[in-house]
Amino acid sequence: MPLHAPLPDDEHRKRAFEWLLFSVAIFFLLITARLWYLQVIKADHFELLAQKNRTRYITIAAPRGVIFDRNGEILVGNRPSFSVSILRQDVTDKAALIKNIAEILTCDVEEIEKNWEKYKYFPQYLPIPLKNGITREHVERLSENSMYLPGMIIETRPVRNYPCGSAGAHIFGYVGLISAEELARKPSNSNYRAGDFVGKGGLEKHLNSTLRGNDGQLMVEVDVKGKLLRQRVKHHPTPGQNLVLTLDKNLQECAQRELDGMAGAAVVLDVSTGQILALASSPTYDPDIFTDGISTSAWSELLNNPRAPLQNRAIGGQYPPGSTFKPVIALLAASHPEISQAQIPIMCEGKTKIGNRDFRCWKRTGHGSTDLIKAMRESCDVWFYNMSMRFGIDRIATMSRNLGLGRGYKLPLDSEQGGLIPDRAWKHSHLNESWYLGETAITGIGQGYVLTTPLQLALMTATIANGGTLYRPHILKNVSAHTGDKNTETKTEVLRHSTIPAGAIAQVKASLEAVVHDPRGTGTACRIEELRIAGKTGTAQVIRLADEDEKGISKEEIAYRHRDHALFIAYAPADNPEIATAVIVEHGEHASKTAIPVTRALLLEYFNLEKPDTTANK
Amino acid sequence: MFDRRLVTNLDWVFVGLILLTASIGIINLYSATSGWDSSTPPLYIKQCMWLGVGLLVMSAVSMLDYRHLLQLGPGAYAACTGILIAVFTLGETNMGATRWLDIGLFNLQPSEIMKPVIVVVLAHYFSRHERQDGHSLRELIVPGILLTIPTILVIKQPDLGTGMMLLFIGATMSLFAGIRPKTLVFISSACVALAAGGWFLLHEYQRARIRTFLNPEQDPLGSGYHIIQSKIAIGSGGFWGNGFMQGSQSQLAFLPERHTDFVFSVFAEEWGMFGALILISLYILIVFRGILVARKAANNFGMYLTIGATGIIFWHAIVNLSMVMGLLPVVGVPLPLFSYGGTNMVTTMVASGIILNVSMRRFMF
Repeated sequence: MPLHAPLPDDEHRKRAFEWLLFSVAIFFLLITARLWYLQVIKADHFELLAQKNRTRYITIAAPRGVIFDRNGEILVGNRPSFSVSILRQDVTDKAALIKNIAEILTCDVEEIEKNWEKYKYFPQYLPIPLKNGITREHVERLSENSMYLPGMIIETRPVRNYPCGSAGAHIFGYVGLISAEELARKPSNSNYRAGDFVGKGGLEKHLNSTLRGNDGQLMVEVDVKGKLLRQRVKHHPTPGQNLVLTLDKNLQECAQRELDGMAGAAVVLDVSTGQILALASSPTYDPDIFTDGISTSAWSELLNNPRAPLQNRAIGGQYPPGSTFKPVIALLAASHPEISQAQIPIMCEGKTKIGNRDFRCWKRTGHGSTDLIKAMRESCDVWFYNMSMRFGIDRIATMSRNLGLGRGYKLPLDSEQGGLIPDRAWKHSHLNESWYLGETAITGIGQGYVLTTPLQLALMTATIANGGTLYRPHILKNVSAHTGDKNTETKTEVLRHSTIPAGAIAQVKASLEAVVHDPRGTGTACRIEELRIAGKTGTAQVIRLADEDEKGISKEEIAYRHRDHALFIAYAPADNPEIATAVIVEHGEHASKTAIPVTRALLLEYFNLEKPDTTANK
Repeated sequence: MFDRRLVTNLDWVFVGLILLTASIGIINLYSATSGWDSSTPPLYIKQCMWLGVGLLVMSAVSMLDYRHLLQLGPGAYAACTGILIAVFTLGETNMGATRWLDIGLFNLQPSEIMKPVIVVVLAHYFSRHERQDGHSLRELIVPGILLTIPTILVIKQPDLGTGMMLLFIGATMSLFAGIRPKTLVFISSACVALAAGGWFLLHEYQRARIRTFLNPEQDPLGSGYHIIQSKIAIGSGGFWGNGFMQGSQSQLAFLPERHTDFVFSVFAEEWGMFGALILISLYILIVFRGILVARKAANNFGMYLTIGATGIIFWHAIVNLSMVMGLLPVVGVPLPLFSYGGTNMVTTMVASGIILNVSMRRFMF
């Protein structure tokens, strides 16, 4: 056959085979060289990558520091929260599993399915939480049936526990998942990650780095399908540092309880240190609703509640002090008799004419001849109008500031306000107007521009009570990993030593004592058998609302909004003061009906006297 | 037809190399698929079965005097091309590609059969058109067309890997047959131009593969994942390897397709460069043995046939190894005798059978 042509074994053919062998050798050499590069030169590099492939890290949440009161009582603690989760690699029958779990938890299958879908993007080795915050009872039932629920696991994580319930929620704040914005604001080298829980308000937020501790890390070896192969703890979580507060749990709870049903605030200060013993704001909220994630509806209800339960009125509410401002004027008058001529009584006829306008006393019939004691005791406006005008606004402002008004104290809490102590310079720079005499008179009775927070009023009272020394109010007693560590104790800080003559102080204190203990006093409702109390009532006029703001609001609500705020400041014991209080009840009208009973209850609680008998005052 | 001399002339060295490589491949498959619970019987057992089938095919191919292939060539070529066209229109879609034709007992991949068939028809052509001074462009038109039709059909399936194989095998045979320098320069430049134009004819996933090949790190979790993980597996093996069943990349299933395309990565991770060099040496010996058979072939047809058959094994090995080591884009070419799969085994064994066939009959004229 022609196809069987003899092989022309010539030089040409030989060369073709040589080329062929050469080419084949080159290709294999190339492969070998590449192998050398990968397996010898870059071996360490790839070994490292292989190791990285094998391991994942899972965060073990560190329990946050515990918050104690001054006596070692737990204010905010930790408790385990249980959630039922699914490890997908172990699930054999998804539909049956969901059905059985839903049955035990007595919830909808759809709810469980929804969560499963929601967290489907989680890496395989991470469990999917189907339901958070399940009860111990459910945990037990699930555990009993775990044999029939392959893939189901119970997870625990430490969450906040609030033994005081809603008392002090404004101080402690709450904890929640870090938001994208919060994460973006953290410096890049911070150890915050998505999924972390952070303080969202109050101490939890302001002292977050102290409280949060260091999360632990679980090293998990997994395969490409995400199946968990091995795991070990890389480092254990370190709990956050504990806080010891100056608060007294019983007093705090008492304040919250007494304010219940009203809008307002109550502050109790230790007069010789500035320690805050109680700082209550009402209405409050239950911080526990944030523990397992708050629902949108509950959140919007909190936000849209007209009484603003999220606001901390004790430090963030700014109110005209009303007559509780009068001790400032009285102190001026007593300190500078040469200006005040206070030894000469002033005639109160129910009003006084300033310029061509009548300034009324609350008592239309007038107080008659009035001296400092009587003016304070019966809260005579005319006496204070006159006295204020004798000193002028700038001296009033100076005295106010010396007593702690008109500034903030950098408490580690939310939205502390500084209040407002007006003077000529302020009016000029803010309103570009000059100061009028009438405004001085009005300021003297705590109306007009002047604004104070309940904390400031308590501080003013404490300063008068201790003889004029202004202490920095503080709430943090101790920060420590070990409770009671003396090194981290907050030092008492004197902001201003007294410059007020002792005689002047004594005179004003006597007048304040008369408010409660003289039968003609306005604060007799506060009287307690075994305790001498000094105090001052106040009524703050509410600025009339614009008509359009009142549309769609019930008549009762309108009436409520038009009522005056009731205030009461006090310290006790009158002869050797220990604590000072300030209570404001929004739209509380008469102090004796609202602010005084709250104060009285606080005093009874602090001095451990008979339980408050409020019926006598109502 | 059977001749006792054939047994005595059987290239036992070649058969030994094939069996040795396939055996190592089965042991490696055992490790690569350990921990797989699903399939029964396990894949390494199935691969033993395929080796048995392969040996039968090899025997059958080596028994039939290769000179008869001459007559079969054109018919087989026509039939195969017809099937390729049929597949193109009727084929079962498998993993997005229409490569398979269900013919009852098993799915047939006609593009695989095309590999030995193209070898036969090209050997036929070149043995009849012997040129001392190399082929001119005009003389390459016929083999060019013979090669281009199935290649285009296969690439359109789309199966870039097999298409590339056909092209490489054909090119090897043509180059061996000799091409005039001027013609070679012309074809090369035409190829470059075609490659540039062909970029736009490729499927998006094929383009992605090439892009990924050029820069796998740009998409480490997507299409770059395979090649990155494969390089990690090979590299982390080091010189001595992690030991049998000890490759974490393989055992932890980071390696994709580790029983088929990336089976070498498993081997290299567990046996290191030491083992890989032994394996590569086996392929070198097989290929060199094939070239030796071609050199000693009784006639031109036998020579070209053996060059082509050896080319099938050679190019599969080289392209697969380059692919898993990141030297070539991932085109889905299995490693002969090593990757799991009947098709690959049968193709390799057909090629081996041809080499044995020519070898046994080297003294016949």
